[in-house]
Parts: sequence; structure tokens; C-alpha cells
Amino acid sequence: MTKIYDLIIIGAGPAGITAAVYAARKRMDFCVISKDIGGQAAWSGNVENYTGYQFVTGPELAAKFEEHLRRYQIDLKEEQEVVSLKRRDKGVMAVRTDKAQYEARSVIIASGKRSKELGVPGEKEFKNRGVTYCATCDGPLFGGKDVAIVGGGNSALDAALQMTRIARRVYLINSFPQITGDAVMRDKIMAAPNVIVMNDARVLAITGDSFVNGLAIGHGGQENKIEVQGVFIEIGLVPNSGFAEEIVANDFGEVKVDCKNRTNIPGIFAAGDVTNVPEKQIIIAAGEGAKACLSAFRYLAQQK
Amino acid sequence: MAHTVLVYSTATCPYCIRLKQFLAENNIAYENFDVGADRAKADEMVKKSGQLGVPVIEIDGRIIVGFDRPKIQQALGLS
Repeated sequence: MTKIYDLIIIGAGPAGITAAVYAARKRMDFCVISKDIGGQAAWSGNVENYTGYQFVTGPELAAKFEEHLRRYQIDLKEEQEVVSLKRRDKGVMAVRTDKAQYEARSVIIASGKRSKELGVPGEKEFKNRGVTYCATCDGPLFGGKDVAIVGGGNSALDAALQMTRIARRVYLINSFPQITGDAVMRDKIMAAPNVIVMNDARVLAITGDSFVNGLAIGHGGQENKIEVQGVFIEIGLVPNSGFAEEIVANDFGEVKVDCKNRTNIPGIFAAGDVTNVPEKQIIIAAGEGAKACLSAFRYLAQQK
Repeated sequence: MAHTVLVYSTATCPYCIRLKQFLAENNIAYENFDVGADRAKADEMVKKSGQLGVPVIEIDGRIIVGFDRPKIQQALGLS
């Protein structure tokens, strides 16, 4: 028979790790299932608003979280991706991953968000062959080359600014009539000598042979081709909530929770960036993870 | 047995930092190449791994792309 845990925590970013620390201290019988540890915090640049740390980098803070997590004997199922979460009878939830199946009497969804894909031909084929979603990581590999940044919000402007100092020429491909990011960053972009901004422009395809060599762009009713060796896709984030089919989400796919982190299904809670809680911040995700764990603990106490 | 370990990384990539922390915690000596600063090593990494993402780690001639902990542990003979 499959073991039935008290609690399964899906995700090990700031929300999932904090929930796990609380669950360990409540001596709950639980496991954590996650593809990676640290979540988006591990990808953040400088963090200057996490109380107690006046300055810390994302990877350093994520390492601190991990260290805290590993202080406890935690049943950690790493490198596993949840593919479905279903309610079974008698208040038992079934969590299926790409490798195994687990059961628990309560679940916390803390699976966070991931970079949104453009959905154009060539994008998947050339991932890590010129197409990247992390300028901070891969940007320095494009020294002296021509690159395109796709997007017009703050993350796109941030990537574009980083690349003006590294690449030869930087195209900013924005699908809106105007740049939507902060004016301060926009002004810096406009002042950079090696940036070409294309507003109202859509990427139609990413082309190449072994590696990316260009983009097909729809611009002003025409199709243009530009030659670039790198494409940085910075068009925002989507919640990792697709596996939770029975859970009610908002129009953005964010899991709807109440102030006690409850979803529409009793026994299933959610916390952090995957939820509709306003403001996606590391400190907020951590606090929500703590709340979700305490709510799950109370829920289980009432079931007995 | 000592392994020959090469790391191709950039100064800013989070998983490069995690990879180096992991190697340090396990007392694995390695040679690091900053492919953001060293164009020749960047080309070498692309040739060896057939891709443009960092980090890349070479363990006794075997190439592993990304901070793939299970594969790296296996190649290093760590449990």
C-alpha cells in the first residue's frame, strides 16, 4: 500500500522551503517534491529588501534557505516534476510526478512561476543554442555579438541594459506601441548608442542552423529579417499551476486562495508566486509558506 | 581517485555559483574558466557541449550541461 503522508509540499522556493521548515518543527509526516531548490530566488540578482539582510544576492539567499531546510531530516524528492494533483476519496490527495506517485491528507502548492515562452517556430529548437530566458546567466556569452531582447517591460529593459555593455548591437523587440517599463530604464535604453528599439513589432520565427542566426519580425505590416546570434525572451512569467486541474485559478492561471491559503478544495492549500496573492516578493512568498503550513496543520488536527 | 574537473561558467549565473559551492562542499578540486571574459574558452565550451548555456562541467572528459546534481554525483563517484 502507498504510504499516506500528512502533507506534501510541491515546490522548494521561498514559500515551499518556509512551509517545510514549519512542518518539520511541527513534526508533521511530510515530503517536499521539487524540480530544483531555491526557485526564482536563485535566479534573482541583488536582494536588498529581505529583512535582516541589508544586501544579499539571490543565489546566496537561496543557499541560506537550503541550508535551513537541510538542518532538518526532510524527505526531499528532488529533480521531480509534478504532473497531476487529484482528490481521491476519504480526503486523500494523489500527487503524480514524472517519476512516482505519492499520497497525502493535505497538500501545499508552492510551485511558483516560470518564464513565459513566445510560442514561435524555432524557439524550442534553439533553446540554449542562442535562445535564452536568463540574461543574467547567459548574457556574458554574447560579447561582441548582435542580440535581440523580446519584451517591453522592466525585465526586458533590465536585460537590454545589461546587454548594451556586452553585445555589439542590441535590438529591443516590443510588441506594444510603446515601452511599458519604468521611465528611468527606458531613458537609459534610449541613450545607449548600440540599441535599436522596434515597437509594435512581433517575432514570427527564430531561425538558424546549429545556432541562432536571425529573427523574422512582423513590423508595420511587413516581414523583416534581422541577423542576431542571441535571443533573450523576457515577456513575463506564468504560474506553474497546470497540474492542478481541479483547483480554481484566476485569468492569469494563478491559484485562488483565501487569507488562510485555502483553495477551493479542502485540504489543498497554496502559497507564494503561484497564487493570486498580490505582490510577488521573496519575503511575501516566505510568509505565505509559513501561513499555508499552519493552516494545513490546523486542518489536519480538525480531521482527526 | 582524483578527477580532472573543468568548469565553464560566467560570474553572474546562479547555477554556476551553486555548482561551485557543491564542488567546494565535496572537496573537489577544479579549474574554472570564465567564458564571459575568455572568448577562446567560450568557443571551446560551445564546441564541446554543442550549446550556449552555462554552466558546463567536464569530468574526466565527460561533458555535463547545467547543474545536474545526480549526473555530477555519479561522474564523481559521490553517493
